[in-house]
Amino acid sequence: MDRDVAQALLRTMWRIRLFEERVGQLKRNLQVHGLIHLSIGGEGVAAAVCGQLRDDDAVYSGHRAHGHAIAKGAPMTAVMAELMGRESGICHGLGGSMHLVDTEHGFMGATGVVGGNLPLALGTALTQRLKGTGQVTVVFFGDGAVQAGYFSESINLAALWELPVVFVCENNGMAEFTSREEHSTIDRVSDVVAPYGFERTTVNGSDVPAVYDTFEQFLAKARAGKGPYLLECVTYRRRGHYEGDPEKYRDPAAEREWAERDPLARMTERAVEEDWIEGGAAEMIARETREEIEEAVRFARDSPFPDPDIAPTLVYAK
Amino acid sequence: MIETTFVEAIARTLATAMREDERVIVLGEDVAEGGPYLATAGLAEEFGRERVRNTPISEGTVCGLAVGAAQSGFKPVVEIMFIDFITLALDQLVNQAAKAHFMSGGQLSVPLVLRTQGGAGQRNGAQHSQSLESWLTHVPGLKVVMPSNAEDAAGLLQSAIADPNPVVFVECKALYFRREAVPDPPPSVPIGRANTLRRGKDVTIVALSRLVGDALEAAHKLAAEGIEAEVIDPRTLVPLDLDMLAQSVKKTGRAVIAHEAVNAGGFGAELAAQLQASAFDYLEAPIQRVGAPYTPVPVSPPLEDAYRPGAREIEAAVRVALEWGEYDAEPWDKGAIAAP
Repeated sequence: MDRDVAQALLRTMWRIRLFEERVGQLKRNLQVHGLIHLSIGGEGVAAAVCGQLRDDDAVYSGHRAHGHAIAKGAPMTAVMAELMGRESGICHGLGGSMHLVDTEHGFMGATGVVGGNLPLALGTALTQRLKGTGQVTVVFFGDGAVQAGYFSESINLAALWELPVVFVCENNGMAEFTSREEHSTIDRVSDVVAPYGFERTTVNGSDVPAVYDTFEQFLAKARAGKGPYLLECVTYRRRGHYEGDPEKYRDPAAEREWAERDPLARMTERAVEEDWIEGGAAEMIARETREEIEEAVRFARDSPFPDPDIAPTLVYAK
Repeated sequence: MIETTFVEAIARTLATAMREDERVIVLGEDVAEGGPYLATAGLAEEFGRERVRNTPISEGTVCGLAVGAAQSGFKPVVEIMFIDFITLALDQLVNQAAKAHFMSGGQLSVPLVLRTQGGAGQRNGAQHSQSLESWLTHVPGLKVVMPSNAEDAAGLLQSAIADPNPVVFVECKALYFRREAVPDPPPSVPIGRANTLRRGKDVTIVALSRLVGDALEAAHKLAAEGIEAEVIDPRTLVPLDLDMLAQSVKKTGRAVIAHEAVNAGGFGAELAAQLQASAFDYLEAPIQRVGAPYTPVPVSPPLEDAYRPGAREIEAAVRVALEWGEYDAEPWDKGAIAAP
């Protein structure tokens, strides 16, 4: 792996990790609002996928969206302000955690309806194909979305119309509070789509270079006008379904598992080992990022709440 | 003027829009074959199957795909073959299309047209005959259009395609094949403007879609007795041209609202509430509502005929409105929610 690429991946992962940890704290202090779903454990997938996309490629995400938005280029200041419900938020405080949008960076949106983003991604991919500009759409979803009707319908249609879309499933083995075994008899999501005949693969989502390499191949083909592809990344959800989830279902042995599967720790170790980065530089990235996050918190806190009069002006586009 | 039909006016308007703007695409079940009512006939032949796309029977995903295409700069016109199946697409309409502009703080817009058709009268049974438009009017962010004739259908469809918002375009299968004279080319009709079809001083009849023709028929009959009814077609439910309706009711002092949908929770309830709030001091009688009874649409011919409201029911409701206070009149309402 190129040194610059590895270092950029590490920086993005640190940004997501520290952003999410800070948001968790802010939620406990009731300074961010609503239902908050953190993506700690999935940073490597967001970084490896979004890091290879252009601004004019589209990304759709689900309810666990902060990391995808940040990795796609959304400014952390405006994302933090959005979570705090401020006027300077990326959606002026009208979207919130589950509805982040940053069209400037091709982040076409997160959605709170599990599976509801899959059809939207097909629509964007169809316009990309009709325009013939080599743009690609990526849609992130969890294994819980696979049991939704939208999944079968969308996979069928994307295959039928050969749309330039990469389905990126973050299979963390949990659909909200319930394990995958209680939702489906099929363990691997890549097996669910087997009959449609397009390329699909399952990788360890904690092995960031593996995610990067596999996605790189799919992306190149999708850019050349082929598709769809499915990349299943087996990840570990470090936090509850949402902040405040009592996590009664959590296995106490999971702490040990996390130590093995933490994508940031693994990537740092690997990067030092392969001489992609010096040990001191890795710590420097973390330090710089921590400052960046505090700046985002200050920016958000200093921003006013939106004027209530804004709401009726945005119901219809002019 | 040319002689045409409602459904031909739809197909011609779609063709014109596709000629003028290559971002307009048409999607839906069987649309490349013209569909069961031929509303998209000829489009695939002229514009090809890339822009006129047959879809699988996956209403939810197809609707969502159209939303995604719309917020990516295209102008999709998606067809839901029967409004009964809009149930399957409501998540995308309600949770995505209606809210994308708002939730993104104005970054996204969804210039989508969802064409569908409803109404009873063809013995199609309870899952192919409903009138569900009032559900859609309850969701801020959607526009809802319901033309009653070929000229308005052509004019409103032009405006719907040009609109930067999601517009649900509700057609009526019972109106599709009547011969009608329409200007060539048909002028655009702005969304949100009602149309007064008949002037009168005694009572205002506000009628939707198929019931507009029935209202005119009832008004004609009442005129023989010297009763002059004003007939107004709102044409769009959201946004609603309340001014025109309220001015008429202030003049006549009496109002009858008529639609084919079940009265309970129907759009007539909203119209009645808004009209009484705007014209309370002018009302001489309670606002009367004509709509379907509180049952699913029956399929057997005599039952379906009895179910469908029409000119006779409008006439009866007008008489109640006019005679209110003269004797112990009962309100015209066969749509009360039945006790279980």
